[in-house]
Amino acid sequence: MSPVELLRRIGFYVFVAVVTAFFALPMLWLVTAPFTRNPSLSVSWPDFTLGNFKHLTDDPNALPSLYNSAVLSLWTMLITVAAAALAAYALSRVRVPGRDGILYLLLLLSSVITGTAAMVPIFQLMFKLHLLDKDLGVILVMTGGLLPAAIFILKDFMDSMPKSYEESARVFGANSFQVLGHVVLPNVRPGLATIAVWAVVNVWGNFLMPFLLYRTPEKQPAAVTLNNFYTEGGQPNLALISTFSLLYSIPVVIMFLFVSRRYGFRFHGGIKA
Amino acid sequence: MRVSLEEVTKVFDGGVTALDGLSLDIEDGEFFALLGPSGCGKTTLLRTIAGLETASSGAVRIGERDVTRLAPGERDVAMVFQDYALFPHMTVADNIAYPLRIKKVGRAERRAKAADTGASLSLAGLMERRPAQLSGGQQQRVALARAMAAQPTVFLLDEPLSNLDARLRLEARTFLKKLQHDLGVTTVFVTHDQAEALALADRIAVMESGRIRQVGTAREVFQRPANVFVAGFIGSTPMNLLHGECVAGDGEAATAWGHQVDVAGVRLPVPEEIVTELNPGDKVIVGVRPEYFAETEDGIGGQVEIVENLGTTSLVTLTTEGPRIQVTVPEGREPAPGTTMHVSPQPGRMLVYRADDGELIDAP
Repeated sequence: MSPVELLRRIGFYVFVAVVTAFFALPMLWLVTAPFTRNPSLSVSWPDFTLGNFKHLTDDPNALPSLYNSAVLSLWTMLITVAAAALAAYALSRVRVPGRDGILYLLLLLSSVITGTAAMVPIFQLMFKLHLLDKDLGVILVMTGGLLPAAIFILKDFMDSMPKSYEESARVFGANSFQVLGHVVLPNVRPGLATIAVWAVVNVWGNFLMPFLLYRTPEKQPAAVTLNNFYTEGGQPNLALISTFSLLYSIPVVIMFLFVSRRYGFRFHGGIKA
Repeated sequence: MRVSLEEVTKVFDGGVTALDGLSLDIEDGEFFALLGPSGCGKTTLLRTIAGLETASSGAVRIGERDVTRLAPGERDVAMVFQDYALFPHMTVADNIAYPLRIKKVGRAERRAKAADTGASLSLAGLMERRPAQLSGGQQQRVALARAMAAQPTVFLLDEPLSNLDARLRLEARTFLKKLQHDLGVTTVFVTHDQAEALALADRIAVMESGRIRQVGTAREVFQRPANVFVAGFIGSTPMNLLHGECVAGDGEAATAWGHQVDVAGVRLPVPEEIVTELNPGDKVIVGVRPEYFAETEDGIGGQVEIVENLGTTSLVTLTTEGPRIQVTVPEGREPAPGTTMHVSPQPGRMLVYRADDGELIDAP
């Protein structure tokens, strides 16, 4: 190896190390701060105390809000996956004039629905439907926002499946639900897993909709609760925030690891959350 | 079970007519081929029998039952698709047992029957594999086993050999013919390969643009194609179709043969049985297979342009004053390119078609 080459390599790895450190610092803070007695905004060697976790359990809304998040995520995920599977199958197999146009339009609108632009109309809609401060209201709004992209991703999976599979099952006498259950869904399992995880992560991380639609603090999910950790002096309570953030991020990390091991993770069509 | 089609027409949504008033009777136990070029409607016809397409008009009967409006699952047919359509997420055993699962047969019985059927097609050691782990030939046997497990009254095979490589195809062909013979179940298959149809089928329907142009045994279709379309389609080396004109015989030929056909300046005798059907001045097309030309001194003369070795024979292309003529010559008798050769049809091997509609002129 020539000296120039050696220098170039060293330079490259130093550069990579610096960039990695830059992005790793917040992560490092997230891991160390919860175990530090009085954490500041800088990363420091932790005291290895569990006191912050103890303080967190004293807060009446902290741990229940994680449960609330889980309930919201799971219901939204279930409804999204079930509805998207049916809709994607129909859109993939039935010829509707202007089908792709409709789908693109829905996709476009969906990013508006859960966004800030539709905050007021959504609030009014939920008010008129008497769904304010109810889990169902938040679940429906979140599902509505996720469905178009979920349908889009799943339709891609279903389009790539040969029609002869279904036809073969039909000739043997399978009805539509048997075709769906025995043949179509097992073949698009990676797609179902993709949108399931993606739906959970989306709801888990969404702040705006639950913030907007819940009135009672006891019902709020973790993302909103995180907003309430202040000291009596009005300063952010870093100890509680970091501890809660750590707990808040663990389920998502576990889920990603599980799914990527099980199915191998792939997003289709360049869609991301 | 007998399959009969009565005036079946299928018009697709876009306005394309895939089947055009087509009638056909397939006898019980027959191995029947639907043969034709791509886009002729043969696969649509098969799918109409299966119920995957519904006839726009006309009737489909299986046995005595009118199945025109029945769903595919209610017709008691089994179909093997061109890509075999094996379910990739199921093992071979589960694939074969699938028709039984739909019929609500218990798990134990299902597995036993699948094992039996699999074993009869030498799949015994592969039952726990996934389709992706099998070779093309094995996949085809799994697809056949699955169809057999359904115990249908009719088998429908869509291009059963087209996904196999050339060597395996011959093997599978023999296997398929034996299987059909042993099972004795009416089997309809679709192919674009005339050699496959001739080799496998008891009878063949040759199709062109949604219509049947000829139905007959392999021998009939090969020896006496009913029109120039079938004549040009059947045979691994296409039949020579030479335009000519009927002329009054002269001299000795007039007393011996009556009329003659003038092709590229050479007079050929009109086959005896159709001599009364032709009048001098009629435009005709003379059909002669390359195999049925013989070298003669007073035949149609031409220059040898290309010699293609086919193994036991060679295919010689001659340029004449009229159209090109292809002739096969036996091994070791190949002429050198550039030399002149005179050929005429072997007696009784010449077919005469009407030039206007392309139909065979048959004995009255």
